[in-house]
Amino acid sequence: MSRRFTPKVVTANRLREGDVVYLTADDHWSQIHQDAELIEDEAHAQMRLLHAAAQKLLVVGAYLADARPGLNGPEPTHFREEFRTRGPSNYNHGKQVDLA
Amino acid sequence: MYSYSDFDESFVRARVAQFTNQVNRRLDGSLTEDEFRPLRLMNGLYLQLHAYMLRIAIPYGTISPHQMRQLAHIADTWDKGYGHFTTRQNIQFNWPVLPDVPAILSALADVEMHAIQTSGNCVRNVTADHFAGAAADEIADPRPYAELLRQWSTDHPEFQFLPRKFKIAITGSPNDRAVTKAHDIGLRMVRNAANEPGFEVIVGGGLGRTPMIGVTVRDFLPEADLLPYVEAILSVYNTLGRRDNKYKARIKITVHETGREAIAEMIEARFAALRPLFAGNDQKLLADIRQAFAPPAFRTAPTDAYDAFYTADPTFRSWADTNLAAHRNAQYAIVTISLKAHGQTPGDATSAQMRLIADLAEKYGHSDLRISHEQNVILPHVHKSDLPALHAALTTQGLATANVGLLSDIIACPGMDYCALATARAIPVAQELATHFEALKLEHEIGPLKIKISGCINACGHHHVGHIGILGLDRAGVENYQITLGGDGTEDAVIGEKTGPGFAYTEIVPAIERILRAYLDLRLEPSETFLHAFKRVGMEPFKLALYDTEAAQDAA
Repeated sequence: MSRRFTPKVVTANRLREGDVVYLTADDHWSQIHQDAELIEDEAHAQMRLLHAAAQKLLVVGAYLADARPGLNGPEPTHFREEFRTRGPSNYNHGKQVDLA
Repeated sequence: MYSYSDFDESFVRARVAQFTNQVNRRLDGSLTEDEFRPLRLMNGLYLQLHAYMLRIAIPYGTISPHQMRQLAHIADTWDKGYGHFTTRQNIQFNWPVLPDVPAILSALADVEMHAIQTSGNCVRNVTADHFAGAAADEIADPRPYAELLRQWSTDHPEFQFLPRKFKIAITGSPNDRAVTKAHDIGLRMVRNAANEPGFEVIVGGGLGRTPMIGVTVRDFLPEADLLPYVEAILSVYNTLGRRDNKYKARIKITVHETGREAIAEMIEARFAALRPLFAGNDQKLLADIRQAFAPPAFRTAPTDAYDAFYTADPTFRSWADTNLAAHRNAQYAIVTISLKAHGQTPGDATSAQMRLIADLAEKYGHSDLRISHEQNVILPHVHKSDLPALHAALTTQGLATANVGLLSDIIACPGMDYCALATARAIPVAQELATHFEALKLEHEIGPLKIKISGCINACGHHHVGHIGILGLDRAGVENYQITLGGDGTEDAVIGEKTGPGFAYTEIVPAIERILRAYLDLRLEPSETFLHAFKRVGMEPFKLALYDTEAAQDAA
């Protein structure tokens, strides 16, 4: 029995700005976690990761991060990924203001 | 301070031009990220959690007002209006975008600064006692040696690809303020029987995953032998150091696996071969460098105004009591400007604060500034009669916090608010500890205390040598904080001892409060510091305070 696959999103940092982005189902990079494609199948996840890693002029360091379905789209499950959706806790910098 | 020679200037400019091309080639796709990554790291550019980060060297923590203003300019032009001073006497900008980095490096080169060798497996920024050249207890100013080491190690062809990074710290005083025993090489100035100055050479100290106090491989090294001896150490390490396992690659592991006697013999043998090759040019260079570190023209003036103000103004007195240190000239004081205002991020300075500090250094401080590994800024030479005016000016930018050496003078690494390696946050823990104890009005009663916080096992926050060390970990997907007690970063260096199981993010501040209330209860008298009390009573009373459930519930 193989272990049940934990749903994933593909995430990376943008090459020029360095900010956190997520791969959407229609092949865009969004700054918003909830826009990400929630990938429920392991083989598909690997395909999407390859697709992301090939975009060398757009993003750096693409990887698969655990996520779960939410009311408005995928939500992060780990605190590190949660921090990446908003920015640092000591200043109102990063996405928490850029996207507000 | 040292000014760039034509050689330094053209070397740094050439590197800026090189890196500018490399950035362009990355942006147009000619370089892959795998190709570009080592190139950007060689120039101090990291990719962190939310953005790029540029780490800029402040050699041995010495910086001029002119350079400080340029950092303020960089913060305003290409970042978010502030910079973060680190435990390595560097400054980090947390928000540059890649296409701007060449312009930033060019602006740095304009003021004789750079980001070279602030990353990678090479000799990093050489750090030094931040009171160098001013301290009353000093044998000699260590900075000329540090500058000699900087020139020697910069782009040294043999040592660009060491097994791992390499950190050298140097102090000219018997009271070690540079944590020399926790560095790959620690150089501690001592005198021999003939009263000549030289160095005790300590090798293989380091914190991180495997914390170790360095071992002395030479009790007394004549100062003329410094460069060949350091080169011999690097050379032995370069040959022996383990490249098969990143976690065993630091020289502390090499020393541990080889043994002190054996490695000291190998260093001496290599030194014997190298020494004749140093025909004296290094000593000529050192003599030139020394000129650049000549002491300022100290002023002679009455200090009674200072004494009167000290007696009359309690706010000033409180600041003077904590933030001043003894200068070798009795009319002068060493001023530590706290970058630890309660609730602020340890080590952060806004561009406005940087400009004010630069102005004050020119007005009152013989244009000399230092950055300490404890993430504060130092004015090493201030005449006592200028202290009241200086203090009043610092107040205007929130820089007059009277807490140096106290609980809220916390070292904290960037942690998971910025760092891609972190396993938990460090900054908000520091902020909350500072505001919590400020509200309780307890920190002056508690007295001298060093709390150091790291957001991962790599220990950039020096938690192992904190009187109270806090290490943030990821335990099953939740932030968890492990406490160590009794660490000491001075000449009596000790690695702190773990108390036991860690505490959740919301429990760590109450846990520290339990430790400190236990200390207040058990100390013999107010002059017995936390560290002294810990050495006397050991771990048990603190463990009881921390983990005894009834006590824990009472305190919660």
